[in-house]
Amino acid sequence: MPNFVMSYLDPSVTGTPGAAGSQFWALIYVFIIFTGVSVAVMAMNWLERKALAHFQIRLGPMRVGPHGLLQPIADAIKLALKEDIIPAEADQFVFWVAPLIGLLAAFAVYVVIPFGPSQAVSDMNIGILFMLGVSSLGVLGIVVAGWASNSHYPLIGALRSSAQMVSYEVAMGLAVVSAILMTSMNASGTGTLSMIGIVQAQQQQGIWFIFKFFPLGFIAFGIFAIAMVAETNRAPFDMAEAESELTAGYHTEYSGLRWSLFMLAEYAAMISVSAIAITLWLGGWMRPFPNLLHAPAWDFIFSLFPGLTFLGLAAIAFIGTLRMPAHSFFRIQRAGLAAFAAVLGFIALLLLVIAVAGRSADASLAARFNQGIGYVYWFVLKVAVFMYLFIWYRATWPRYRFDQLMRIGWKVMLPIALGVLMLTAIVGVMVS
Amino acid sequence: MNPAMNPSSLPVGTPYFFYVLAGLAIAGGVLVITRRNAVHSALALIVTLLAVSGLYLMLYAPFVAGVQIIVYAGGIMVLFLFVIMLVNIDRAAKDRQFNRMWPVGLAAACVLLALFVSAIVKGKTLFPDRMMSLPESSNTQQIASMLYGEAGKMGQYTFAFEIASLLLLVAILGAVIMTRKKI
Repeated sequence: MPNFVMSYLDPSVTGTPGAAGSQFWALIYVFIIFTGVSVAVMAMNWLERKALAHFQIRLGPMRVGPHGLLQPIADAIKLALKEDIIPAEADQFVFWVAPLIGLLAAFAVYVVIPFGPSQAVSDMNIGILFMLGVSSLGVLGIVVAGWASNSHYPLIGALRSSAQMVSYEVAMGLAVVSAILMTSMNASGTGTLSMIGIVQAQQQQGIWFIFKFFPLGFIAFGIFAIAMVAETNRAPFDMAEAESELTAGYHTEYSGLRWSLFMLAEYAAMISVSAIAITLWLGGWMRPFPNLLHAPAWDFIFSLFPGLTFLGLAAIAFIGTLRMPAHSFFRIQRAGLAAFAAVLGFIALLLLVIAVAGRSADASLAARFNQGIGYVYWFVLKVAVFMYLFIWYRATWPRYRFDQLMRIGWKVMLPIALGVLMLTAIVGVMVS
Repeated sequence: MNPAMNPSSLPVGTPYFFYVLAGLAIAGGVLVITRRNAVHSALALIVTLLAVSGLYLMLYAPFVAGVQIIVYAGGIMVLFLFVIMLVNIDRAAKDRQFNRMWPVGLAAACVLLALFVSAIVKGKTLFPDRMMSLPESSNTQQIASMLYGEAGKMGQYTFAFEIASLLLLVAILGAVIMTRKKI
């Protein structure tokens, strides 16, 4: 039995995602990713409400748990218990299946997202094509939901959203192609579509693709960064659910659990699309300067970052405990926040111990654990920055008008993306 | 590191996957022509297209499978639904079909059926008896070198590919011109 278990911890098995022998690990990663993303969506929900509130000089949720920390759990319970209404005139089956299509498409993209060189469900050699295809299936969920509701606002919302997503997909695809072209700048002249291969190409070339052929990589990244906000129907491109015009757009008729599935799909899609931008242009799982500062001492310093981050979070929670009002009403909340700070501090301690124990570059379990934590940490940190940007956009910019949105998509972004693609190809041929 | 060379990575349960995917494709196809509601037909067609892309994956053609999902399931079907959604479904479902072309359709179907049956009967002599096992990882590169050619020389299908792209360009220009009020 121990041999059987240890055979799955063998580096040759854990080192090849999705390939021979690691179906077991693929399954484990599927479970981890599904729970992780669901929890991240809840955390994002809390963060968005808090951050938006602070942008507008409000407090945001404060009542459920200390600083509203338990609010997303309360929301989830509320949504699960609410009455699930299907309008009498709606197309029952399609109404039922629409949120599932959106959810499936949003979560299927995670199959190809690499959290590390071997920390992925699978390493498909058509990774980026799979991602573009499956994320374009997400539109179907929205379109079908708007139609099945048999109501005017959802139909208009669905029409707007499908037109918007189809238009921005074109510019997005062209920006992605210019990044793929950059992967072929090696000795063999062969590029790759595999997500892991794209990050490894950035490592070999010693440069993140956002800085490659400056400013071409930067412009391509900018186009993707704009298009991905439009793809996920977020402000300032949230035409599909413009509440002042369309009540709530395509999910007006949805309630309870089904509505929450739409929200889950939207936030999961936000995370996955940021992960793709990071993989293509921002070095994926790599820590800053992996080639320049590659001495073991630097490796050790960078491996301290995860622990220090949790230590900082624990310190913030602890300061929050100290600043709680001294009234006896707040006794339970204060104890809860102190316990939360203690848990964060414990995680920080654990991570620091692993960083110290695994600082040698050998193949011991601790060293490999340390490396894996480093990959996932830098990846998640980059995603977190993008998620904050999404909130920041929403708090900052007013909504576009629909014709303006279409004009930008077709008449500005598409020509620029085409131009960048051609210039990248020309520069690439000239350099090699 | 090449998974195709590793005997333990050979496909598992291939016939079952084939039957499930083929069954899905056929069931979707039957639903497309039997549903009265056009949106239901479109959804069934999406199931068929996805199942066919799964069959491409089983034929070691991941690139074709990916393009099938992007172009057909993601692009064309969304535009189909976009148009169908604006049709008054209730009235369209009650209308009788106004073109009487079913004898032609039946004849075409019979010819196709005969073709399939002959392919099954004479398949052993027509096709190689076992599939070439290509390394999956080079599928995209092989398609590229067939379409665009290796360094310096033209590919096998470069000319046909360029002609097809020209045809598509003409169609796109035609669509753009037809949206103008005055031609």
